[in-house]
Amino acid sequence: MSDAPGFPVPRHAAVHYSTWIVGGVVALVCSLLIGSMIGPAGPVWWRVPLEFLDRLPFVSIDSGMTPYEWNVVWQIRAPRVVLAALVGAMLSLAGASYQGVFRNPLVDPYLLGVAAGAGLGATMVFALRDGAKSTWWIDPLPLAAFAGALLAVIVTYTVGTAFGRTRSSVTLVLAGVAVTSLATAIQAFVLQRNNDVVRQVYSWILGRLSSATWGDVRLILPYVAASTVALLLHRRLLDVMRVGDDEAIALGTNVRRVRLVVVLAATFGTAAAVAVSGLIGFVGIIVPHAVRLLAGASYRIVLPMSVLVGASFLVLADIPSRVLANPAETPIGVVTAFFGAPFFLLLLRTREVSQ
Amino acid sequence: MTTLGFCDLRVSYDGAPAVNGFNDILHSGEWLCLIGPNGAGKSSILRATAGLVQYTGSVAVDQVEIPNTSPRWRARHIAYVPQSPVIPADMTVNDYVLLGRNPYVDHFASESDDDRRVVEDVIEQLELSRFVGRKLGTLSGGERQRLVIARALAQEAPVLLLDEPTSALDIGHQQHALELVDRLRRERGLTVVSAMHDLTLAGLYADRLVLLHQGHAVAQGPAREVLRAETLSEFYGVAVRVHHEPDGTVVVIPRRVATA
Repeated sequence: MSDAPGFPVPRHAAVHYSTWIVGGVVALVCSLLIGSMIGPAGPVWWRVPLEFLDRLPFVSIDSGMTPYEWNVVWQIRAPRVVLAALVGAMLSLAGASYQGVFRNPLVDPYLLGVAAGAGLGATMVFALRDGAKSTWWIDPLPLAAFAGALLAVIVTYTVGTAFGRTRSSVTLVLAGVAVTSLATAIQAFVLQRNNDVVRQVYSWILGRLSSATWGDVRLILPYVAASTVALLLHRRLLDVMRVGDDEAIALGTNVRRVRLVVVLAATFGTAAAVAVSGLIGFVGIIVPHAVRLLAGASYRIVLPMSVLVGASFLVLADIPSRVLANPAETPIGVVTAFFGAPFFLLLLRTREVSQ
Repeated sequence: MTTLGFCDLRVSYDGAPAVNGFNDILHSGEWLCLIGPNGAGKSSILRATAGLVQYTGSVAVDQVEIPNTSPRWRARHIAYVPQSPVIPADMTVNDYVLLGRNPYVDHFASESDDDRRVVEDVIEQLELSRFVGRKLGTLSGGERQRLVIARALAQEAPVLLLDEPTSALDIGHQQHALELVDRLRRERGLTVVSAMHDLTLAGLYADRLVLLHQGHAVAQGPAREVLRAETLSEFYGVAVRVHHEPDGTVVVIPRRVATA
């Protein structure tokens, strides 16, 4: 069908893209709904969508939900679902953008030291506060994780571009590796001195959405929104970057500026996400690849679809994390890898063969 | 009418000189071919013109010096085809040619209908229509070469730089690609500078040849003046025979060193 004479293909591609986007939006809405319907406490699942409908203007349905149950749904479940969506969208989008800007499919949003920096910041808080949480007027954990993540990336970028005179992005990646090792080493040292917080740090590293509140959502929403807009605006330029620095420059792109802006935007968003959710692995690398295998490799579709699929994926992955080991929580990082990896292997197998 | 001028162009890498004072001037529709052994400075001249390496001296398009221009301006005036272009295997043919419109699209905008029309025309002209939806990884070497030229043409730049455009092709596709460039420079009045290793082909298509050796232009002029057995032997360090066809074609034939 691609051999048809004339030039229907550009339009054809646009239709193809909008089909995927619509599909992604539908998937996200369904995931949000399912996510708020299932949980260890609260109303029977089918009452939730009815109650949501009831709360729309001009609609009146008796869902039979008690005010207590509504509180469980709205104050406990809903912020958690929304936070999962924001974090999932952010990590996938940042991962896709990093992969584009470094032209490396193995790159994830933690590449330039975000994870290690955030981990170090969080460890410091756990080690220093030893139980005296009430003396703080604000929860220092997200703040320290955010600051640690940004600091690590700033060091990486400063060092990486100062020594990378060949304009290659490899120097930057290597600087990220070095900064990551340094931060991890300091973290290990601090942990060894404070054996009692190892468990807390370990659970933070595996990622968690369990304590999510609307406050957390408000905290990261501006960063995630700004970062998402900035990255989506670069989707065409990331396609130009796919032919390498030299050719992208010869095609009229200011490669260094694009790389700097994309890395900064992705880092800010990732740091904000990590600050409230811990280190949720796997999403940032697998979701963009799943999107590529399904919808095509152009960043015009990879970036927006990563937002939608990443959000849906993390919302759905959070469900088993809540109910599997009830009343305990299964770390969401464990769930994303446990369910995501086999799915991705399956996708890899079927799409490779069919191409 | 576009002119491309070089004046005392010097390029060096970490202090080691690659081009030692290159001078030339080309007008619209002219095809200059740079020849010479590996490391003679052919690619460096092309890369300096494309704004990809630092240099001293002067390279100017219509008297505008390259370092004073933005990447966008350069991409609108100079189309550069590197020696081994990056071919993203999962990009489609149409998307790849569309990259050539990058200098005309605002940073955060998408291509206009005009841009798409230019791309359609180029694709048709280069007989790539039946490949538009195909992924680059599925194309043959000859098809890729045409595709890269198509992207360069989509830039609608008056100057075309080709670094070894035919080294990966069989003789049929070599000739096809060069005929295409020749036709386009006549139709569009393109100024073409190419670097080539095949001396016979270089002489067949270019108006003028420049033989480079260690960054110096050691011979220049039409093929019959530059492609002489003694000159080539001296600078390439091998024995060759040069044969003149009745139609004016100069054929360079390698000769084996006699083994005792």
